[in-house]
Amino acid sequence: MKLDVVYFAWVRERIGVPREVVETEAVNVADLVAELCTREERYAAAFVDMSVVKVALDQTLVALDAPLADAREVAFFPPMTGG
Amino acid sequence: MTVRVQATDFDLGAELAALSKGRVDIGAVVSFTGLVRDLTGDLQALELEHYPAMTQAALEEIEAEAVKRWDLDASLIIHRYGRLQPGAQIMMVATASKHRKAAFESADFLMDFLKSRAPFWKKEHGLAGAAWVDAKEADETALKRW
Repeated sequence: MKLDVVYFAWVRERIGVPREVVETEAVNVADLVAELCTREERYAAAFVDMSVVKVALDQTLVALDAPLADAREVAFFPPMTGG
Repeated sequence: MTVRVQATDFDLGAELAALSKGRVDIGAVVSFTGLVRDLTGDLQALELEHYPAMTQAALEEIEAEAVKRWDLDASLIIHRYGRLQPGAQIMMVATASKHRKAAFESADFLMDFLKSRAPFWKKEHGLAGAAWVDAKEADETALKRW
């Protein structure tokens, strides 16, 4: 399946692009992360510590083991600092 | 109940006046304004990045939760993004109710959730370089009291 993947803040800086289309057969977020990390070093650099990376599927926060199911957009970003 | 995400500045006084304009059932308005602070004297700018597709909905969800928990007559969240100068206004929340307790508590609640659940990220541009502001453990812990 094809997924729109978006990145923010230092995750975006480490990966080098704000968004891209990823072709994957990963069933959940953790699988997608593992797959990306094997593809290129920049993903491994961004996802080295997943305890400081948050994930949203179609703009809703989810856990790392969330199934990708019919998601269209996956977002990776650091813990938020609003306010 | 209003949420606005914008690059431009806002007029705090005008926003607060508008919140209760033409109404006689509001007895209390509480507001909080966040400003760009520079404690060391070397901050050039604070850059606020956000997730446009998610921000509005995330803020509306936080506001809806406040409306569910407290008897509010009006509420307003304004959050800016982009490059802001030291001293600039970053965001504001305002809550209006018949009584002060609901207004105070709900404004506090909104701020706690805005801190760690609104998709914004801050980068400080200083004389020596730029660095992302880390989320604080205390901000995440603060959510548990609600």
